[in-house]
Amino acid sequence: MSKFSRAIRDHAVPLALIAPSILVILVVVLLPLMFSFYTSFTNYRLIRPDTLWDWIGLRNYQRLLADWDFWVAFGRTILFLTVALNLELLFGLGLALLVNKITWGQRTLRTIMMFPMMFSPILVGFQFKYVFNDTIGLVNNALQSLGLTEFAIPFLVDRWLAFFSISFAEIWMSTSIFAILILAGLFAMPKDPIEAARVDGCSNWQVFRHITLPFLMPFIFIAMTIRSLDVARAYDVVDVMTGGGPAQRTELLWTLIARTAYDDARMGRANAMAYASILLSIFFTWYFFRKLMDARKHLGAF
Amino acid sequence: MAEVKLTNVVKRYGSVEVVHGIDLEIAHNEFVVLVGPSGCGKSTTLRMIAGLEEISDGEIKIGETVVNNLPPRKRNISMVFQNYALYPHMTVSENLGFSLKIAGKSGAEISAAVANAAEILGLGDLLERTPAELSGGQRQRVAMGRAIVRHPDVFLFDEPLSNLDAKLRTQMRVEIKKLHQKIKTTIVYVTHDQVEAMTLADRIVIMKDGHIVQVGTPLDVFERPVDTFVAAFIGSPPMNLINGHIEADHVVFSDGNRLPVPPDFTGKLADGRQVVFGFRADVLMPKGHTLAESGVVTDLDLKIDFAEPLGSESILLSTLGGKEIQARMHNPRPVNEGEVLTCELHLEKCHIFDASSTKNLRE
Ligand SMILES: Nc1ncnc2c1ncn2[C@@H]1O[C@H](COP(=O)(O)OP(=O)(O)O)[C@@H](O)[C@H]1O
Ligand SMILES: [Mg+2]
Repeated sequence: MSKFSRAIRDHAVPLALIAPSILVILVVVLLPLMFSFYTSFTNYRLIRPDTLWDWIGLRNYQRLLADWDFWVAFGRTILFLTVALNLELLFGLGLALLVNKITWGQRTLRTIMMFPMMFSPILVGFQFKYVFNDTIGLVNNALQSLGLTEFAIPFLVDRWLAFFSISFAEIWMSTSIFAILILAGLFAMPKDPIEAARVDGCSNWQVFRHITLPFLMPFIFIAMTIRSLDVARAYDVVDVMTGGGPAQRTELLWTLIARTAYDDARMGRANAMAYASILLSIFFTWYFFRKLMDARKHLGAF
Repeated sequence: MAEVKLTNVVKRYGSVEVVHGIDLEIAHNEFVVLVGPSGCGKSTTLRMIAGLEEISDGEIKIGETVVNNLPPRKRNISMVFQNYALYPHMTVSENLGFSLKIAGKSGAEISAAVANAAEILGLGDLLERTPAELSGGQRQRVAMGRAIVRHPDVFLFDEPLSNLDAKLRTQMRVEIKKLHQKIKTTIVYVTHDQVEAMTLADRIVIMKDGHIVQVGTPLDVFERPVDTFVAAFIGSPPMNLINGHIEADHVVFSDGNRLPVPPDFTGKLADGRQVVFGFRADVLMPKGHTLAESGVVTDLDLKIDFAEPLGSESILLSTLGGKEIQARMHNPRPVNEGEVLTCELHLEKCHIFDASSTKNLRE
């Protein structure tokens, strides 16, 4: 009997027990992954199934390198990510510090703080689409009836205003993730080093800067990791609010990829884009995770 | 130069008062130890001096300044915390230099001060480590180093040794004492351990339930406790305290045993008065095992329940007036359980406390 078959016989029961989950992973994850990866090397178009066998090598990827629209969307996604993450951090930190100060009604506030997370992103998209709409929108109506502006402001049409609008929606929806993780950090934070720092001569700001913030960094990086993955695949809110338009002014990677795949039916090309953009996600995850590990290293004694 | 002066200092948490109007004057360069059972308000008092707790009433002065409303950073104090409270994300040398960095000192000045503190406390090899990489004793040393780099007016210690094992605690106790001799500064030190208090203090402040019970030198509080609480709290083994009543210049115990009152009380106590008779194990010694001491001595036959040999002496346990009492046997010999020994009691060193007020009647 060979070594291999003996190993199988010896571990028959455990193998039999994990076999179903391995099977599920194979079917649900690995096969589609391999299939989509394969199609990124073909001229596969959804409306012509036979093109699945049309092997074109690296041509999709080569074309991508020269595809201006793709790189603009790529850059805009990075900008979107930077703006959203930084502002969410800032607001989340402020919110957490505030809630942490409040002693009365804190539980209720904490619950209220989580409301935006309870809505489906699609609904958040619709909500803000109507908030920012230039004819019937809430903001425009309010501004005009207050006499602050004569004309309707094209929130969802102008290049930068539209970018502002989708950022606003994204930030509104997800600031609470930062707030809650940072609040958890504040709850876990020991009082002693803070008091030591106050005795050592720190003002409140210096205590925050030198003691509190370093302690919160791991929590912030956890939020950053989660949110960078989230924002890098942003689609629903944007698609509902602007659909990447008008004239691709708010096009992000995934609105572009979805359009290429389903509207233009160029599945092979879209998959190539998708694989290129996954690199972005991997980069951010890796980056924040490394930061997290660095920040955590010394916190053993807290 | 910094005296610390507390005048009628009160601390309330909501409606609960935990420190009830404390008066205390601490001289420049004095080593004062606040001691008392857990929960008596020592830490609260210390933290009010530090500025970490607000004062509900009264006044605290450091030097000539009333500090009631000054934040900690404006009081020029250093504090060593029970759990060390090191900055976990900084190396030892950053921990030591942090207060100087905040004070805006130059890099050269900081390194010199850090090197000096590291030298005094033997931290030289540890400067690049983080707190997580240190043992308890080393963390303790860093916490002390952080306090001394700055030349504060007052050092505050809150049970700095209570997280160390017994051996290390004794060792660090000596080091703290040496440190005080080296860098003369006012020190306020909190502990619940009376041995620490006795060995370290210039003056001991004994607290109970938010009040100061007695203030005095270690010998003062040992030899002249103001009440039964101090008598039982200070000294090891604790003072023997036996309830009884006065009958013709004798204290009569519940078991019928009677002892003469100390000579200075003769004729001063009314018959029938309820009292507590107190004496330390040191003044009750079996005949032939005493220290050569003159004075008024009375004999007492005691049935020994058992003996605890400590080597150079033994502690004998017996019963008197229904209470377990302890005696000290010098040049010990083996003692059998139930053996009856005649002991000498040095009467001038005995105390009489009032049974209801618990006050020492000699005061
Ligand atoms: N933040 C607080 N809120 C309410 N009560 C407190 C607080 N801190 C301390 N106390 C109470 O004050 C009393 C004195 O505490 P403390 O000064 O810490 O005692 P210790 O002598 O053991 O250091 C205790 O009864 C404690 O329960
Ligand atoms: Mg305490």
